[in-house]
Amino acid sequence: MKALTFKQGIHPEYNKDLTKDKPLKNAKRPEEVIIPIQQHIGAPLKTLVKKGDQVDLGQKIADGDSFVCAPIHASVSGTVKDIRKVTDPGGNVVEAVVIEAAEEDTLNSGLEKHDNLDGLDVDEIRHIIREAGIVGMGGAMFPTHVKVSVPDDKNVDYVILNGAECEPYLTVDHRVMVERPKSIIFGLKALMKASNAPKGIIGIEDNKPEAIESMRDAAKNDDNIEVQALETKYPQGGEKMLIEALISREVPAGGLPLDVGVVVNNTSTAAAVADAIRDGKPLYERSISITGRGINSPQNLIYRVGTTIGELIEQAGGLKENAAKVITGGPMMGVAQKKFDVPAVKGTSGILVLIKDEVENFEPSPCISCAKCVDACPMFLMPTQLVDYAKHEMVEELEEWQVLSCIECGSCSFVCPAKIPLVHHLRLGKAQVMAKKREEN
Amino acid sequence: MNNELIVTSSPHVRSQDSVKKIMWSVVLALLPAVFAAVYFFKARALSVVLTAVVGAVLTEYIFQKIRKKKITIEDGSAVVTGLLLALTLPPSIPLWTAFFGSVVAIGLGKQVFGGIGQNPFNPALVGRAFLTAAYPVLMTTWTVDGVSTATPLSQMKMDGIATDTWNLFVGQIAGSLGETSALALLLGFAYLLYKGYVNWRIPLAMIGTVFIGTFVFGADPIFHIFGGGLMIGALFMATDMVSSPTTKAGRWIFGIGAGFLVVIIRLWGGYPEGVMYSILLMNTAVPLIDRYTRPRSLGEVK
Repeated sequence: MKALTFKQGIHPEYNKDLTKDKPLKNAKRPEEVIIPIQQHIGAPLKTLVKKGDQVDLGQKIADGDSFVCAPIHASVSGTVKDIRKVTDPGGNVVEAVVIEAAEEDTLNSGLEKHDNLDGLDVDEIRHIIREAGIVGMGGAMFPTHVKVSVPDDKNVDYVILNGAECEPYLTVDHRVMVERPKSIIFGLKALMKASNAPKGIIGIEDNKPEAIESMRDAAKNDDNIEVQALETKYPQGGEKMLIEALISREVPAGGLPLDVGVVVNNTSTAAAVADAIRDGKPLYERSISITGRGINSPQNLIYRVGTTIGELIEQAGGLKENAAKVITGGPMMGVAQKKFDVPAVKGTSGILVLIKDEVENFEPSPCISCAKCVDACPMFLMPTQLVDYAKHEMVEELEEWQVLSCIECGSCSFVCPAKIPLVHHLRLGKAQVMAKKREEN
Repeated sequence: MNNELIVTSSPHVRSQDSVKKIMWSVVLALLPAVFAAVYFFKARALSVVLTAVVGAVLTEYIFQKIRKKKITIEDGSAVVTGLLLALTLPPSIPLWTAFFGSVVAIGLGKQVFGGIGQNPFNPALVGRAFLTAAYPVLMTTWTVDGVSTATPLSQMKMDGIATDTWNLFVGQIAGSLGETSALALLLGFAYLLYKGYVNWRIPLAMIGTVFIGTFVFGADPIFHIFGGGLMIGALFMATDMVSSPTTKAGRWIFGIGAGFLVVIIRLWGGYPEGVMYSILLMNTAVPLIDRYTRPRSLGEVK
């Protein structure tokens, strides 16, 4: 079958060989975890524990009343040592619960175990997903139960699992697909049932033939689940690109996949859903790639949420002498970190360390209108023009030229021969438009 | 260690392309045409090319020095302008004229607008337009092997004499240094295409329009696409990144427009050649073209 794809996009160097054949293994259990009390997009939570409390593994430590939120669970059994403000990987200062780990873990999540989905109805599945605190694990951390709670006036016919993993370097989803394909299929079926979708598609870039084979094998008895190879091209894993490539539908600007009858989830999220339903295990641990030329021994680990990135780097052999930049996530959309005591959270899929030679030399020069950015933009925007408008705060033009459609994938900045930080200016442009909209309301 | 970590916004990796690489690749792509010029017009061609290049680079340097800007002559863009200008000049042109042309190309064509990336017109063509207006005789005196002769386009226009197509293609004809050998120009263009440093829509549209246009109006289309400056203009000047549209649809419009103007000037205008003015005229329309050819963004509802 031919590999599908979207239009435009870029071909960065993938660098997945560093970790793609390294099996997932458990990271050392941390002696202390720092768990931020906001690990989702949505309403803030209330902390349910206080200093000195004993908590069990998987015990809920924060929750909210709002529909759009996801609870947080203890990732070790132990004692609440402190509740303080910390900086999360996104750079936000948030409240965090610091737990000192006890000798042993006792799982106590209050979630029941279900061997299969037969005894569960739609609402029960949504409830489990919510109670397990599951959010989008590709990085956006949008609460999964909200995604699958399809309003009555909408119809969903596809649940798409995103196994593209188009960010260079990262190999977490790849390893999960190779090692836990049955869990992913189970999770997909749960997501399909929860959103009343008759069909499921798993899209995987064709630079991961092992993952494609593994998933096809696991899905071979399910006629309603299709595993589709995608062309290796960035940003293939962008929600809108994925939908365009797989089923040729266009998500309307400002709309959601739901508007075209689709719910998109990450493959690792599907595996987490399976863990919650079958094992009663909330989302307190996940897989991560610790990689890059600045890491001594790149590998894929399963870690407890709240482990600091410094500790994870140590477990991958530590930094090399010439390490210069530490990034959570991938090189295209990840966030550069300043400190090592930042806790890894539910959406942290990678720690990438670049070396000195790889980060120098980005001195921008004037734009020569080569239009490489225009030809690269997967959203068909015109970054050259938008940057001009953003610099001059021409808000009306920014809006007219669709700046809000920018998905900040970074393709424009990547291709720019003048090394102009285009996406950075586009973010500023988006902020200007949003500010104006807020003013109007 | 903490203080040593570099923090910037994403993306954290970039492609290997740079403005400098692009410009020097264009220089490389123009070399076959330079070699062809030297082959046909001997050492004379080489002195014109060197004079124009030195003139362009020197002017860029002096302007940047006066404006207290960073000196960027190593980026190769002034070399490109000098080379392109030289290739549009007749081999018999006095060297001081060529030099003067370069000064105008860089000075009035580029630096007064703020330097690289800011010029609305192709600087080399600004230089040539100036020379054509100021020294019309010098700019239209053609000599091949020491004998004065007319270019194929003016022979056709004035006397109705056609030139052998093969000679047109390889360049065994009278004409400016670089407009004679279509073969050498295509070779260089193919290299840029392979590197991804040039777009193909503009030249295809422009040459295609000239071909169809001259055919429809009863002229010899093959003669018109290989004669005169169409090849160098369409392949290397209309495709100047700074002064051409950034959208795909815009590039088609730009190329078709320029080709259409060439046909009108060549068939009904007072000049035998019209490539220079066609491109300059279309340059003025670029902001407008970009504005009205913005692609529909993914999911945009109009």
